[in-house]
Amino acid sequence: MKLADFTRSAGEWLRGVGPMHDVVISSRIRLARNLAGMPFLTRCTAEQQRDLEARLRKDILAAGIAPQVLYVDVAAASELDRRLLVERHLISRHHAEADTPRGAVIAVDETASIMVNEEDHLRIQVLRSGLDLTNAVAEIERIDDLLAARADFAFHDRYGYLTACPTNVGTGLRVSVMLHLPALKMTGEIEKAFRAAHDMHLAIRGLYGEGTEATGDFFQISNQTTLGRTEEQIVEEFIEQMVPKFVEYERAARSGLLQRRANAVDDKVQRSLAVLRAARLISSEETMYLLSLVRLGVNLDRLRDVGLQTVNELFLLTQPAHLQKTLGKELAPEQRAEARAGFLRKRLGAG
Amino acid sequence: MKSECDKCGKPATVHLTEIADGQKIEKHLCEDCAAQEGITVKANLPISQLLEDFILQTVAPGQSTDVKCDVCGLTFSEFRQKALLGCPNDYDAFGQVLEALIQRAQEGATQHIGKAPAGAAGRKKHGTILRLRAQLRSAVGQEDYERAARLRDRIKELEES
Repeated sequence: MKLADFTRSAGEWLRGVGPMHDVVISSRIRLARNLAGMPFLTRCTAEQQRDLEARLRKDILAAGIAPQVLYVDVAAASELDRRLLVERHLISRHHAEADTPRGAVIAVDETASIMVNEEDHLRIQVLRSGLDLTNAVAEIERIDDLLAARADFAFHDRYGYLTACPTNVGTGLRVSVMLHLPALKMTGEIEKAFRAAHDMHLAIRGLYGEGTEATGDFFQISNQTTLGRTEEQIVEEFIEQMVPKFVEYERAARSGLLQRRANAVDDKVQRSLAVLRAARLISSEETMYLLSLVRLGVNLDRLRDVGLQTVNELFLLTQPAHLQKTLGKELAPEQRAEARAGFLRKRLGAG
Repeated sequence: MKSECDKCGKPATVHLTEIADGQKIEKHLCEDCAAQEGITVKANLPISQLLEDFILQTVAPGQSTDVKCDVCGLTFSEFRQKALLGCPNDYDAFGQVLEALIQRAQEGATQHIGKAPAGAAGRKKHGTILRLRAQLRSAVGQEDYERAARLRDRIKELEES
């Protein structure tokens, strides 16, 4: 298994299956953990950082977290490989861009990954397609227990699991659910949904987490607090209340659009597909925007000649690192626009 | 695309197209105006800003808040700048100031009620190890290698106990 093999498919989070997959793209849970008896990363000497990386790499590989795992020495990886992992949500942008000794353990089916020496010594994450937090939380607890059997984590009687940033203290648990909300965006009701999210104490982010803009109508909702509630309570709220609410809003907006303005929807969807099939130069932002509308069309059953799987794969394969890996060469931005357009025409069955 | 905010003329970062009654309305707003309009939610304030607001509200001008962790050497004002703590001991060393901040960031909560690692009883030794590591670091810095070697042995002994 090599990194390049990843580019053959869309990975777990874009498989396009699982409950409520018309609106919920993926469910992700992460845990922040630090070794007891060690300073947090920014206060470690260079030697301590190297020791941590070597020690945690050994412990995680010995723990057997998944049938088959891949260890990536992120510090030694090429920029393109690091970017590829970010695009696949296997490591964070922060992790890709840091300058410390660091690595990532990745289950080859991409349902789990562990970042070593990110903001905390360990960031464990589990990913599932659709709304599947019940399985995700069970899986992450299992991995956490396997690791805890080999390493003592910093823990405080009062504050729980200790983290470098106090906004993660306690459970260290962050749930992120990725939603596709094109109809709410089209009807302008997205503001109302955001206000509702705010009232539910949720953070809203773009496709690639903190500090990123929402592109292609994808939004991530995540819990802001990690202390004072049990892991089960945090997850339960997402399953029972928050996610169903967003799904309900979006579905209502979709059926409303179809009832009142089916023609306008068809026009938008068909034009988007037509541009994707005809463009000779296209940026990844425009691609995302158009694919988002095509995905809406597929989900509403207004477009039958493109599959959901294809659309999901294209979201990923047209991004800069994936495009270059798939084509097997490094390309400057303007060359990418041309290559991307060619790739899209080929995959969408146009001339 | 229009690049200035409709309201204040600052660079626009939020671009929105609304369709109401068949009319297309385009809005271009800066981050602050978008948040005011409720279009974007500045719900997740960066911790650095949270810290800044908090310090301004609770600390009288001229009052010294600079506590220092005697294990990792981080001061509270350094924490203010980077928003990252230096070691587990900071959670005790920064005492009430940090507690009040956690309370604010965590919607009032200051007590963990979730999972705890098995064998949490052995935790006291980790505090000792953390201290010994800090001493080791300064011994190495002072080129006192004999002391450093003794400290290394002691750390190893404790870790394996």
